[in-house]
Amino acid sequence: MPAKKLNLRKRYELLTRGMGWETTYQKMDDVFPYDSFEGIKITDWDKWEDPFRLTMDSYWKFQAEKEKKLYAVIDSFAQNNGQTNLACASYLSAIKLFITGVTPLEYGAHRGFAHLGRHFRGDGARIACQMQAIDELRHAQTQVHTISHYNKHFSGLHDPFHQFDRVWYLSVPKSFIEDAMSSGPFEFITSISFAFEYVLTNLLFVPFMSGAAYNGDMATVTFGFSAQSDESRHMTLGLEIIKFMLEQHEDNLPIIQRWMDKHFWRAYRLLGLVAAMQDYMLTNSPMSWKEAWEVYFVENGGALFEDLSRYGLKMPKYHELATAEADHISHQIWSVFCSLGNATGFHTFLPTEEKMAWLSEKYPDTFDKYYRPRFEYWAEQKKAGTFEYQKGLPQLCQVCQIPMVFTEVQTDPMQISYRVTEHGGDKYHFCSDGCKDIFEHEPEKYVQAWLPVHQIYQGNCGGPTLPEVLDWYKFKPEDSGDYIGSKDYHRWQEWKGADKKVKQA
Amino acid sequence: MSIEISAKSITPVRLAYGNLQQRFGDKKPASRYQEAVYDIQPTANFQYRPLWDKNHDIYDVSKTAIVMEDWYSFADPRQYYYGSYTIARAKQQEVAEHNFAFVDKRDLFDAVPEAVKQAVRDVLIPLRHVEWAANMNNCQITDECYGSNFSSVAMFNAMDRLGMAQYVTRIGLLLDGNEETTLDAAKQAWMDAPQWQGLRHAIEDMFVLDDWFELMVAQNFVLDGLVFPLLYDRFEKKLTQEGGSTVAMLTEFMDDWYQETVRWTNALAKVTAKESTENQALLSSWVSKWMDRLSIALEPIAIEAFGDDGANELVEVKAELLDRLAKQGVTV
Repeated sequence: MPAKKLNLRKRYELLTRGMGWETTYQKMDDVFPYDSFEGIKITDWDKWEDPFRLTMDSYWKFQAEKEKKLYAVIDSFAQNNGQTNLACASYLSAIKLFITGVTPLEYGAHRGFAHLGRHFRGDGARIACQMQAIDELRHAQTQVHTISHYNKHFSGLHDPFHQFDRVWYLSVPKSFIEDAMSSGPFEFITSISFAFEYVLTNLLFVPFMSGAAYNGDMATVTFGFSAQSDESRHMTLGLEIIKFMLEQHEDNLPIIQRWMDKHFWRAYRLLGLVAAMQDYMLTNSPMSWKEAWEVYFVENGGALFEDLSRYGLKMPKYHELATAEADHISHQIWSVFCSLGNATGFHTFLPTEEKMAWLSEKYPDTFDKYYRPRFEYWAEQKKAGTFEYQKGLPQLCQVCQIPMVFTEVQTDPMQISYRVTEHGGDKYHFCSDGCKDIFEHEPEKYVQAWLPVHQIYQGNCGGPTLPEVLDWYKFKPEDSGDYIGSKDYHRWQEWKGADKKVKQA
Repeated sequence: MSIEISAKSITPVRLAYGNLQQRFGDKKPASRYQEAVYDIQPTANFQYRPLWDKNHDIYDVSKTAIVMEDWYSFADPRQYYYGSYTIARAKQQEVAEHNFAFVDKRDLFDAVPEAVKQAVRDVLIPLRHVEWAANMNNCQITDECYGSNFSSVAMFNAMDRLGMAQYVTRIGLLLDGNEETTLDAAKQAWMDAPQWQGLRHAIEDMFVLDDWFELMVAQNFVLDGLVFPLLYDRFEKKLTQEGGSTVAMLTEFMDDWYQETVRWTNALAKVTAKESTENQALLSSWVSKWMDRLSIALEPIAIEAFGDDGANELVEVKAELLDRLAKQGVTV
């Protein structure tokens, strides 16, 4: 008898459904204890449509092909000293920020999706989350491999994971991922898959990967291309889960809207670091933060939310403020890094004339008016030898943990935006209404925050003096400070010859 | 005779990441395996406790009773990181794909005696649910464990189990010309037939274990240590003798997989037992508990597979497993 032909959809269904069962010796609620406490109502998990339809055999096959290509490039990059073809060694500040601030997020996502991959009650949803869990592990591991060669030749890349748990500005990404990971499974997936991967991923991925392409970083851009198809799977999962939750029960909408508002703002604040990277660290910038925001959030995000409005989902709260801030945040955050450049694990540098001309062009309403004078003043001070790094530590926002540098961009851009609330007899400080709202909804969560500045003052970070804290971070003296005159700078000069003075000089 | 290409040589300022220099010295570059699995997991200064488990940090050594001075004492002898893992599995799946296509194209199942086919339906096909459970359990270990070396190896294992559940499913489909009859019957047996209930009960109890290392022992040391030798090795050999070598072609992946996997479970048992007498005692008590439970649960399946020889086959497999674990320092 000739075999019945199976179409792909049916075949996939047979290979992923029906293997799980309704448990009888243990209660389903005990086998899947975490998927109901958040209040999300799922009436029929079988309505879940798998976005990937990948069986394991094809997953292994496709991914192995990608891995072979990626490692061939990484090996050849190392063999041929590809680091000497960078636009400038100062570009590596972006890579230092990436491996200390982004790679650990990939690992966190790996564990977070493994949690969902075990604990969602629906078979299809579990498999989708497992696929993402192993992809995220891939990204963490391949990033470590890709950047390994740079670590052999430059400062500041030697202890990324030790630093992620400790360094003052790395608590921004750490608190972001741990916020999602300490939430229930539906909130985690809304945060990571939707708010971050679907709505905002282009604002992380494109600046770093196009930045790599524009600055001669063959290794990182190859990783970027290799991860691209994984990322688009992850984005698809993000959209799928949101639609699934919204379609399952009308009571889910207000919960999801609140999570959307919260995690949009959390992710957006985290991306402030990327904005500074994009506009200031890159020797050659493919596009400004503001341009990226316009394209990827205002246009694409706007269209997405228009599409989702049929479910009643609205644009995330404070998105107008985020758009208004696009003119400011990169300059504000880079200023913080420059003023605390003796305590960063990457080199800082003031924008060159050429870079400032580019910034004036990209930010016609704000750069010359508010930020150029500051950088020029610092440049004069540096020339005169009177520049001093900021003494004392900045106050951090209780939620996003970024120093209080954002301003009232809609009313008075020179005025620091500062919010405060009381809880349990203590005062808590915030950079914005967005962060304050998040705190006020779950104060018992955010009072736990491990705020680096508080911890330093409490003596939990190696000692009371800056050198002791930096030592505790495992920052070596050559990791911090100005790029000009640094070890990286001298090494670069040696390779390139003194005649080719780098752009930053 | 050799030819030499002259290339620019630049002396590196360091050979490896700091954590790896600390572990393995600064004299030589780290391997890709070392770079990929050591120390990536955060260990300190956690921001918030999980909403559903206020007694633990996000990553917490106290999620198991096993105590290790250094959770990175265990190294995977296969040295798998994502790249080497997927490349190894891609090769295996290519062989499997070829075998499935060959059996399909030549209608090889037509030549297999009906009794053998029925034995496959009764004994092998329900194992797709066992593999599915193994996927869930290893995903649980990935979620709960401590250390990026553990989460990495457990994640690969979890995906392997999904892959094998899918291969078993495909055997079921191939047996029936893509009709679902066999799969449905196997599910029915898994849910209701008396011979499978002891195993299903034990597996459901594993789903709710608190201690992830106990789950590691129950699933990856004991259950796999019984099921794979008994059913994918001995039972396959019996089927081959009875005219079912076709089946062995389709389960080659599982056989190879198990030979390979034993290497890391052995290494894990050894390093964990060696750490302390307390660990050794815990491992022994868990092995003993699950060995008793699971060998009783598997007995009716052994009898279904081997008839009168079933009990004896199981006793032999059990003895081999205890012997192997004893060699790693886990004695019962």
